[in-house]
Amino acid sequence: MRKITGKDIRAAFRTSSPIIVTFLVLGIGYGILMEKHGYGPMWSLLSGIIILSGTAQFVSVTMLSSGSVLMAGLTALMISARHIFFSISMIGRYSSEGRRKGYLYYALCDETYAMLSKDDGPEGVNVSNYRLLVTLFDQSAWLTGSFLGGWIGTLLTFDSTGIDFAMTALFTTVFIQQWIDNKCHLPAVLGVTATLACRVIFGRDIFLIPAMIIIIAVLTAARGKIEPAGGESHD
Amino acid sequence: MTDHMHAMIVIAVMGLAVLATRIVPVLIFGRGEKVPEFILYLGRVVPYTAMGLLIVYCLRDMPVLDAPHGLPEIISLTVVTVTYLWKRNTILSVVAGTALYMFLVQSIF
Repeated sequence: MRKITGKDIRAAFRTSSPIIVTFLVLGIGYGILMEKHGYGPMWSLLSGIIILSGTAQFVSVTMLSSGSVLMAGLTALMISARHIFFSISMIGRYSSEGRRKGYLYYALCDETYAMLSKDDGPEGVNVSNYRLLVTLFDQSAWLTGSFLGGWIGTLLTFDSTGIDFAMTALFTTVFIQQWIDNKCHLPAVLGVTATLACRVIFGRDIFLIPAMIIIIAVLTAARGKIEPAGGESHD
Repeated sequence: MTDHMHAMIVIAVMGLAVLATRIVPVLIFGRGEKVPEFILYLGRVVPYTAMGLLIVYCLRDMPVLDAPHGLPEIISLTVVTVTYLWKRNTILSVVAGTALYMFLVQSIF
């Protein structure tokens, strides 16, 4: 583990900056929502440390005051099932992370994954430090945003309807970049069409599970077709 | 105080569920032994399916059959796409798209 240099910090901050902005804005939205439901900034902070998943936390707001605990847990499992893929696909990259592994996996949210799964950072930057800092910046921004939101919620009144769209917009920019970077568009098309079909067939609550099963099945069957354009090589 | 207890339990249970999805796969496949070639293949290719899945997930409550038929989403995502192809700036596209979307759902539709 090398000492963290200014260069590592600058590179990680450059990568994280769009996520920091998004997380601050989204976190403020979440904090305000929590505050309106009677849970102040300390609750948002606590929830952010323990759950650390924007989607699960937004859903949790309506479940905190009443309702089945089991249902809340199952909902969180369903929403976060995608993280199984994220963690598995990072095993190769994180294999030499040593004691940092625990934190890197615990804090591996969608956006951090999107940034750290595409490359190992700019030339000359210590990869391990880069990963740690990107993950830390992203989480800190989310926690800071949620805390600020809880605080702002008591002072300001503005209509935050539609603020969740920042998440959709971010995923869309990553999707476009991946589309530009890859010759084989089959995985991208598969992700959209399989999920869309399952949303129509299975309804809004469980569609992610069948969608993932179909995606894995098709990826398995079409491996020979996809693999040559599957991306960068691993050691 | 009792409902605060409930909130605490809900946060703890949801936290455990999320943590499990992030850690358990690593405990199964990350013990130092070689990860099967097939898992590595999935690791390479799943990221390219996951973004599409997440976008559809984000839009899961978009009304297609009822008004406004997803028009705010379509307009805003078009702006996100065009600005991103034009400037390749994530902040610009996310902020512009979100601001437009918030304006559309609050004032127009």
